[in-house]
Amino acid sequence: MKASKSLLLFFIPGLALYAVFFLYPTISAIFYSFTDWDGLSEAFQFVGTSNYERAFTGDTVFRKTIGNNLKFMLAVVVFQTVIALAFALILVKNTKTTVFLRALYFFPTILSSVSVAFIWSFIYDPSLGILNQLLGLAGLDFLQQNWLGNANIAIFSLAATQVWFHAGQMLIIFVAGLQAIPKELYEVAEIEGASKWQTFRKVTWPLLAPSATIVIAYTTIQSFKAFDLVFAMTGGGPNRSTEIIATYIFDVAFSNYQFGYASAISVIFMALIALITFIQFKALRSDRISY
Amino acid sequence: MFRKFPLAVYALIILVPLTIVVLTSIKTLQETFRNPLGLPENGLQFENYSRIFQEQTMSGYFINSAIVTLFSVTLTLLFAAMIAYGITRLNNWLGNVLFGLFTLGMMIPAQVNMVPLYALMLDFQLTNSLLGLIIVNIAVTIPIAVFILTGFMKTLPKELFEASTIDGAGEWRIFTRIAVPLSLPSLSATAIFLFVMHWNDLLYPLLFITDNAYKTLPLALLEFQGEYSTNYPMLFTGVVLASIPMVIAYLFLQRFFVAGITAGAVKG
Repeated sequence: MKASKSLLLFFIPGLALYAVFFLYPTISAIFYSFTDWDGLSEAFQFVGTSNYERAFTGDTVFRKTIGNNLKFMLAVVVFQTVIALAFALILVKNTKTTVFLRALYFFPTILSSVSVAFIWSFIYDPSLGILNQLLGLAGLDFLQQNWLGNANIAIFSLAATQVWFHAGQMLIIFVAGLQAIPKELYEVAEIEGASKWQTFRKVTWPLLAPSATIVIAYTTIQSFKAFDLVFAMTGGGPNRSTEIIATYIFDVAFSNYQFGYASAISVIFMALIALITFIQFKALRSDRISY
Repeated sequence: MFRKFPLAVYALIILVPLTIVVLTSIKTLQETFRNPLGLPENGLQFENYSRIFQEQTMSGYFINSAIVTLFSVTLTLLFAAMIAYGITRLNNWLGNVLFGLFTLGMMIPAQVNMVPLYALMLDFQLTNSLLGLIIVNIAVTIPIAVFILTGFMKTLPKELFEASTIDGAGEWRIFTRIAVPLSLPSLSATAIFLFVMHWNDLLYPLLFITDNAYKTLPLALLEFQGEYSTNYPMLFTGVVLASIPMVIAYLFLQRFFVAGITAGAVKG
């Protein structure tokens, strides 16, 4: 059956807003990346690829932000996925307790990132914070830290905050994936005398691979977007040790008014995310099996 | 034991910080410095709460957040449902291209286009405007909403739509009378998902709003940091107040929250 022409009208409001306020700015980021625009004046000059040359060769801060972003991403992806999967495996059945615990673990996800930033700034506070106090009580004084003030560990303190914030969300996705696995497969595995590990490796993991792909891809993108937490907790400091690409773009554009250069970094940022997502999908797809 | 111990530890990791927030909000600054983790010494006292309402235009921030969230969620949902319906009914290459165009938007972080977007909003004089925030919210979250809703509508039996076409019903009628009612589960899940995103959004208010009259709660909260510095009792009073609507919604609509979060992920 041929759909009527009036169907096209259904696309107009959404597509118009999406095109003007999302696609157009995304494409014009590419355009501005070849200019020296300051964001304020009417006039700007085309400067060829010099913004990109600067990003790749001249700008040590940018190189540092990529490194920070990768550190943050790896820490969050590994810990968040492992924690979410481990608890999902324990909480997969629907009982009163598991439903309650899943709801509790999920809770931080509904808070605003600014709230989460304040909560963890207090926890990490060198003198008032619960973390150092607990370490003191446990006799582990030597582990006490200026969690957000020490340039070597601040990025990991932020990563831990991000995991606290979103692990519950990933747990829920894993639970949904686990509950979709047919029970018969586990019965067969039991009859065949498979060990717990074998069952996990041969049944659970391959069938969970689609959920894992989604969790990991989602976590990766989320970790690149951790703008709010960084902005509210450290502002990129100390000494740029927690500056990630997103906060650096903001800084270059709105503190230094170098819109052209900020656009070039945005374009590199986009390419980097596309590359990482592509690699992950490739890698995880090979583990996918359907029975 | 093997299972219960980690479960309890993780439950504490979630609960202890939240408890500290609520307790600190009813303590004075001196108490907090003296004994940051102790109970309030003088029982329940809500001075921080009355102070924050005196010093800040809290009700204004609430109203701004409510207006922006309400319109952003409703309009995103409506426009996305229309597009999802269009894609489902087209069911051809054009539908696939449009679906691809929208899903592309899910992969692009907002920080990528914030610089040109800022310039665009200045041109349209949409900075310092709630309408501006609503428009941008719709544009940015429509991809995920289209993705979830299309995934759902494609599972509805085609015959339903076709039979109605033969009966002479127009597309709008089929959309409002058949597609929308049948898609309610996925619409409600998407609504919750959008509610959380829009209520908590910081980036766009940060970019576009400088006038106090148009600030939303997350931005106002962020700026309390400048004003109250490390006065955590005041900051946490703000955190508690800003979180109340979401917490109440979560307590009552928990199932939908969970559905909303998985809808976006599992359909893929």
